[in-house]
Amino acid sequence: MDDPNLIVGMDRADDAGVYKISKDLAIIQTVDFFTPIVDDPYMFGQIAAANSLSDVYAMGGQPLTAMNIVCFPIKMMDISILREILRGGLDKMKEAGVTLAGGHSVEDSELKYGLSVTGIIHPSRVLTNVGAKAGDRLILTKPLGTGIINTAIKAGMAKEESVAMVVHCMARLNRDASEVMQEVGARACTDITGFGLIGHAFEMIQGTGKGIVFYASQVPLFPEAVNFAKMGLVPGGTYRNRDFRMQQVDIDPAVSPYLSDILFDPQTSGGLLIAAPTEKAGKMIKRLKERGIEEAALIGEVVDDHKERIAVVLNN
Amino acid sequence: MSTIVDAKGLSCPQPVLMTMNEIKKVKKGEIVILVDTDTSKENVSRAAMAQGWTVKGVEPEGTGYRISIAKD
Repeated sequence: MDDPNLIVGMDRADDAGVYKISKDLAIIQTVDFFTPIVDDPYMFGQIAAANSLSDVYAMGGQPLTAMNIVCFPIKMMDISILREILRGGLDKMKEAGVTLAGGHSVEDSELKYGLSVTGIIHPSRVLTNVGAKAGDRLILTKPLGTGIINTAIKAGMAKEESVAMVVHCMARLNRDASEVMQEVGARACTDITGFGLIGHAFEMIQGTGKGIVFYASQVPLFPEAVNFAKMGLVPGGTYRNRDFRMQQVDIDPAVSPYLSDILFDPQTSGGLLIAAPTEKAGKMIKRLKERGIEEAALIGEVVDDHKERIAVVLNN
Repeated sequence: MSTIVDAKGLSCPQPVLMTMNEIKKVKKGEIVILVDTDTSKENVSRAAMAQGWTVKGVEPEGTGYRISIAKD
């Protein structure tokens, strides 16, 4: 596409498209929907909405309106389930200050739900996934391991408190994290979803000549995630993400394979991965915690050596 | 004589659960688990090791794998 107003388009594997309307205004557009990851339809609605809205937050923008996208097996499933999903989605939109403007539904053999979201941003404030400089600190705002914990939930092996914690975390908006990063000043950002931490981190350095070092011991994880990885409760996506990127990643032998697996685990409605200039990183962590994002942690840095490779060490 | 757990055509965590149930049942000896994805191959091997069993061998069989685990 050769449109000078398209600030972020398909070529960049970014979280959302950004289109400049005037010198002061750009719109952010994104769409995402998926199959249920929890049994409770109301919570699924909330999680799917939070996940869809996250792409706007990852660009540093403010979501304004949304449309429901529904695939529903109407002949096989009770309509009250759909009502609960939509109620969950709507409650999340209300929390985000987003107006539901419409939607579309189709009959499908498999249930799916999500949103198409439109947001706004000043064109000069757009935060893409590239732009990080050597020395920048990497901050993650939610714990990792939702893929593994969800597999353990399917196996009936996750404790009730772990289930509650993961569900709560997936349903949490990335709004506060996004506002803090814009207020303090970030250089690049992406949200962590299907490709896992390492897959999405890669998008930050691809074609830039930079590298990344992660400190595995400082990465926030859901309790039990390492144990479940050890027990073989790992989704196929984690192994696929690992096998796909393994040639570009150097993992220190001090990092257990179970811990490193979690860095490849596909996340549902994961946190933001923010590249912040060194001098701002401490303040950003402090502000994130003040806003209730307790798990926010400094987990690595952008480096000039090992070009377009990711090193995983145990400690910094 | 080893018991055989046929977990072909099943997706995770099912093969892992079947393996763990068999481990609980027989307590020691040898178990052969048949799976048909790389994910199940890795997960079943992990599950066995986490229960203190040894993975004796993983061989391709048909479109999948034959995993032998043992405990004295």
